[in-house]
Amino acid sequence: MKKVAIIGAGPAGIEAASVLARAGVPVTVFEKSSDSLSNLRDKSFLFPNFQPSPELVDEFSGKLQADNITVRHGSCITELKWKGTSWELVCNGSQNLVFDAVLIATGYRTFDASRKEELGYGIYKGVITSLEMEQMIKSGSIPNANGDIPQRIAFLQCVGSRDEKSGNNYCSKVCCVTAVKQAIEVRKILPKTELTIFYMDLRMWGQGFEEMYRTAQEKYGIDFIRGRISEAASTFDGRIQIKTEDTLLGLPMKASVDLLVLMVGMEASDGTRTVGRSCDICGEYGFIRTLNPHLYDNETDRPGLFAAGSCKRPMSINDSVNDGRSAATVIREYLDQLSEN
Amino acid sequence: MPDFGFSIKKTRSESIDNGSKQKYEELVRRVPSFKRCFQCGCCTATCSARQFSDFNIRRMHTLFRRGDADGLSEQLKKCMLCGKCTLVCPRGVNIRQLVISMRTILDNGEKK
Repeated sequence: MKKVAIIGAGPAGIEAASVLARAGVPVTVFEKSSDSLSNLRDKSFLFPNFQPSPELVDEFSGKLQADNITVRHGSCITELKWKGTSWELVCNGSQNLVFDAVLIATGYRTFDASRKEELGYGIYKGVITSLEMEQMIKSGSIPNANGDIPQRIAFLQCVGSRDEKSGNNYCSKVCCVTAVKQAIEVRKILPKTELTIFYMDLRMWGQGFEEMYRTAQEKYGIDFIRGRISEAASTFDGRIQIKTEDTLLGLPMKASVDLLVLMVGMEASDGTRTVGRSCDICGEYGFIRTLNPHLYDNETDRPGLFAAGSCKRPMSINDSVNDGRSAATVIREYLDQLSEN
Repeated sequence: MPDFGFSIKKTRSESIDNGSKQKYEELVRRVPSFKRCFQCGCCTATCSARQFSDFNIRRMHTLFRRGDADGLSEQLKKCMLCGKCTLVCPRGVNIRQLVISMRTILDNGEKK
């Protein structure tokens, strides 16, 4: 029986594992953390339907319970070696395991906001990342740096994406809609706080996203200002003063806010970089390079080595799930070919 | 033409038909990184000269791009060339060099 290894127990990896297992293919899922779905667990509600993330976590965890799936938590794959017809995986630096096909689903990490020093993350308490905002929304309490109710919260798009200075020229794709989603969630918790999203372009590419943007304006009273914040500093009373240009008016703007939320972009995760380097399929910005973006987007230029989800590029959860499913199909075709030969 | 007692006012709308691309092309030849500008306004937000005057560097180079650079040379004198705009630009545009080049191009035009 042909065996498949999946590296990474996130939405893409789990979905692929589940589809393969249902088709009778034995699958081993390697996850470096002690728990699967760590990025998803950090989320509060999911766009565009505001579904609580624990619901999705439960469903994914259920999928992993299938008979043909073995999950190995705390297993970090450090090296992959092609052995002519199969792949040898080095697990935790010592164990060597052999598989007929490997799916890379090692995912993303968020941009380290302290690299943009001018925005004051890690320096001022009032500057937080979108990840920390997710936690606050989840807990239902959104205090300012002094523990009081914030009067004004600003969200800044494109932190660590579309930014030559941090080496990430690409668009992270999900932050636009995430800011709109978070602002709506914050409004539900704080009915009187002024909420402003600073954007350069609002890229509402997915189904229901544009409608969310419209609802945010119409129903939730969220403000949108076109301009990128270039500096943040502390005021004497512990608030954050931001500088931007209102580019629609052509006027510079100063504003003090209680919380500045930095919408951090997606980068290739450490695991993605390690695996990519190990088998020479590292593409731009450390993401995995696939064979062709149109027709062979799960294949790499190595035989038996496939990729799915946000290890290839920034991706939403639903796109990752679909990508995992499509990878499973491609892997089955590959295994069938192996059996025929 | 007979005097009808009124005149036709010059249009106040921006026209890319009449604008001259020549100065813009000269500018991007000198500062190729300018092509990358995506109008985020970081330069204007952080500009030292803007804190004390109506100097708006983003608006100015947009006018240049549209071929409407007339009257900018007085404005450009307000820039102190501190270079903070270049530091914050997310697209890596050499804005300080842009200002210097805009001045040169406009001065050369006036001398002719």
